[in-house]
Amino acid sequence: MGLLDKEFSDGNIVIAKVDDLMNWARLSSIWQLGFGLACCAIEMMATSASHYDFDRFGVIPRNTPRQADAIIISGTVTLKMATRIKRLYEQMPDPKYIISMGSCANCGGPYWEHGYHVLKGIDRVIPVDVYVPGCPPRPEALLEGLLKLQEKIRNESLRKKIA
Amino acid sequence: MALKTETMVLNMGPQHPSTHGVLRLELEAEGELILSVKPHIGYLHRCFEKHAEAMTYPQVIPYTDRLDYLAAMGNNFGYVIAVEKLLGIQIPERVEYIRVIMAELQRIASHLVAIATNGADIGALTPFLYLFRDREYILSLFEMTCGARMLYNYMWIGGLSHDIHPDFVRKTKEFINHFRPTVVELNNLLTFNKIFIERTAGIGILPIDTAINFGATGPVLRGSGLAFDVRREDPYSIYNRFEFEIPTGKGLVGTVGDCWDRYYVRVLEMEQSVRIIEQAIDNIPEGDVHSAIPKRIKPPKGTVYARVENPRGELGYFIISDGNLNPFRVKVRAPSFVNLEVMGELCKGHLVADVIAILGSLDIVLGEIDR
Amino acid sequence: MKNPEEIFELLKNEFGEAILSLDKETPTEPIISINSLQIHKIGAFLRDSDEFKVDSLMVLSGVDDANGTKIKDEDGVDVINGGTLSVYYHLHSTSLKHKITLKVSTQREDPKVESVYNVWRTSDWHEREAFDMFGIIFLNHPDLRRILMPYDWEAGYPLRKDYKNPEFYQGMKVPY
Repeated sequence: MGLLDKEFSDGNIVIAKVDDLMNWARLSSIWQLGFGLACCAIEMMATSASHYDFDRFGVIPRNTPRQADAIIISGTVTLKMATRIKRLYEQMPDPKYIISMGSCANCGGPYWEHGYHVLKGIDRVIPVDVYVPGCPPRPEALLEGLLKLQEKIRNESLRKKIA
Repeated sequence: MALKTETMVLNMGPQHPSTHGVLRLELEAEGELILSVKPHIGYLHRCFEKHAEAMTYPQVIPYTDRLDYLAAMGNNFGYVIAVEKLLGIQIPERVEYIRVIMAELQRIASHLVAIATNGADIGALTPFLYLFRDREYILSLFEMTCGARMLYNYMWIGGLSHDIHPDFVRKTKEFINHFRPTVVELNNLLTFNKIFIERTAGIGILPIDTAINFGATGPVLRGSGLAFDVRREDPYSIYNRFEFEIPTGKGLVGTVGDCWDRYYVRVLEMEQSVRIIEQAIDNIPEGDVHSAIPKRIKPPKGTVYARVENPRGELGYFIISDGNLNPFRVKVRAPSFVNLEVMGELCKGHLVADVIAILGSLDIVLGEIDR
Repeated sequence: MKNPEEIFELLKNEFGEAILSLDKETPTEPIISINSLQIHKIGAFLRDSDEFKVDSLMVLSGVDDANGTKIKDEDGVDVINGGTLSVYYHLHSTSLKHKITLKVSTQREDPKVESVYNVWRTSDWHEREAFDMFGIIFLNHPDLRRILMPYDWEAGYPLRKDYKNPEFYQGMKVPY
C-alpha cells in the first residue's frame, strides 16, 4: 500500500500527503447502514458471515444513518419506499457513498416491464457511486464492488468538493 | 389528584435492524407496555400478479422464485404442481424423487436462516455465524446442480432444468453426516440456554382456536399443538412413501404455543427433513428429467388451487386459465401474509422488547407478504 | 367427508335461492356460486353447523372477469364497461377434511360484497387486498383501506384489466 511503503526510517515517522492519509483512513473503515430490502439482502448477510467475510475490509453494519458512511441498497426499491430512502440519504453526514447492489436497484430488474409500483433504478432519487450487477450478485461480486468503491475513494482530493 | 397520562405512539419504521425486511410496525404503548400493534406493509410490492398475467406459463417460474426468496425451491414446486394438475400430465419417477430431495434441503436451509436471525434479534450473535456456515454447504450443493446459489428456476413444468451431477449423492451424504452433530451443537448453544429461555418462554402465547380462525399454518400452528402438515393432509408428489413425524409444541419450558415452542418445532423439523433425505437419496431411479416437458403449454379452461408445505407454512397457488398461453389470473396465498395478521393479537400486554422476540418467532419474509 | 354434490344439496335445502348453481365443468374442482349479499349468513352456517365444521378459509381472491364490452376512450386506451368482478373463497375443514369452493359475482360499476370478517378472521387482510387491487367494497368490514399500494394512490385499481399507469408519482417517473 502506498502509505506504508515509506519506511519508518527516522524511528516511527511516516511522511505522506494529507490527501492520501485521509483517503486511506476513509476507505479502510466504511461503516454501512444495515439496509436490506429483498433477496439481495440475504446475499449481503451471507457476505458478512464467516465464509466471505466483510469485516476484514473494515465494513461493520451500523443501525442508524447518522453514524454510517455508506448505504448498500440491496433489493427492489418501490415507490412507497423511495421517499423513505431519500429521507435516510439526507440524514447521513458527508462524505457518503452509495453502492447499488443487484439489477432491481440498478435499473428495475426483472420488474421493468409491468411493475407499476417499482422504481426503475435507485438513481432516479439519489446519486449512486458503484453499480453491482447480478440477480442476486454473488458475494464475490459484492466484494469487488466494495474494492471499486475503495479505488474511487483513493483518488479523491480534499480540494475539490464531493457532491 | 390522579396523574394525567397519555399513550405514546412509537414507529418501528421500514428501516430497522430487526424487522426482517421492510415492515413498518406502529406501536401504541403506555410506558413500556404495549396496547396495540398495527403492521403496515406494501413497501416491497413488486406486482407479481400483474407480471404473471403478461408472461407465458414457463416464464412465470423465475418470478415465483423471488416471492419467498429464502425457500425458492418450495415456491417453484407449488406453481409447477398447480399447472401440472391443470394439464393432467404424468411426471417421471426420477423427477419426483429429485424434487423431494431439493425441497427438503431447501427446508433445512430456510430454517437455518430463521433460527439464526431469531437468535441475532434477541442478542445471540454466535449462532448466526455458525448456522450461515452450515447453510453454505447446502448452497454449494444447489450450485453444483443448477448453477445458482439462491434463486434457481430449477423446477420446470413437467420436469427439471438440469439433471443432478454425478457427485451429488456422495456430497449429500457427506453433508448429512456433518449436519447431525451441528444440531446437537445448536441445542447446547441456543435452545436450552437460560437467557434465551427467559426471553422467549411464556411470551406470545397463541391458542389453537385463534390460530385456526386466523388461518395460521406451518410452525406457527404446529407450535400451538395441532399436528397439521399439508404433506400429510393433502399429499402431493411422493410424500406418502416416506416416514416422518410431525413435531408439535408441547410446552417443554413455559406454556404451549409460546415463542420457544415455535422455535423448537423448527429445530425438530430440520431433523425430520434429514430423515426424509436419507430415505430418498439411495433410491433415485434412472430416467430422463426432460422427457415429460411439453413443447407448448396451453392448459384447458379451468381453475385449480394447489398447496405445498413451505418452511413458513402452507403456500397455495390459485390459477385461472382461459385457454391461452398466458394465465388469466394467478393468486398466491402466502403463508407469511396470513401469519402476520396474528401479530396484533399476540403482542397485547407485553413489553416493547417482546415484540422483537414475537416477530422473530413468526418468521416472516416480506417478499411473499407484499408479492 | 362429503363430496361437492352432497354439500350443494344440503346448502340448497337450507338457503333456497341464495345458492345459485354448481359448476362441474371445470376439470379440477367444482365451484358453487352464491348471491353476493348472503355470503355472511352462509359462511356462519358452514362454520358453526356440525355437518360441515368448516373452520378455516384458505384463500380469498378477487378476479376481474373482463367479460364486459371493450370501448376506446379519448386517450385511445381500452376501457371495459359492464361485466362482473368475482370473489372466490376456498374453504376447508381441519376436522372433517372436506374442501369447498364458493364464488360470488358482482357488477363492475359499484361492486359490493358482504364481508366475512366475523366468521373467519383470515379474511381481514385478504379483503383489504381485494379492495386495493380491484376496488371491491366489502360491507361491514371494520377497516377497509389500501394495504399494498401507498395510501394516497390516485390512479385506480391496479389488477383490473384496463388499468393505466400514471406518469409521475410524487416527483418520480414511473414508467421505464
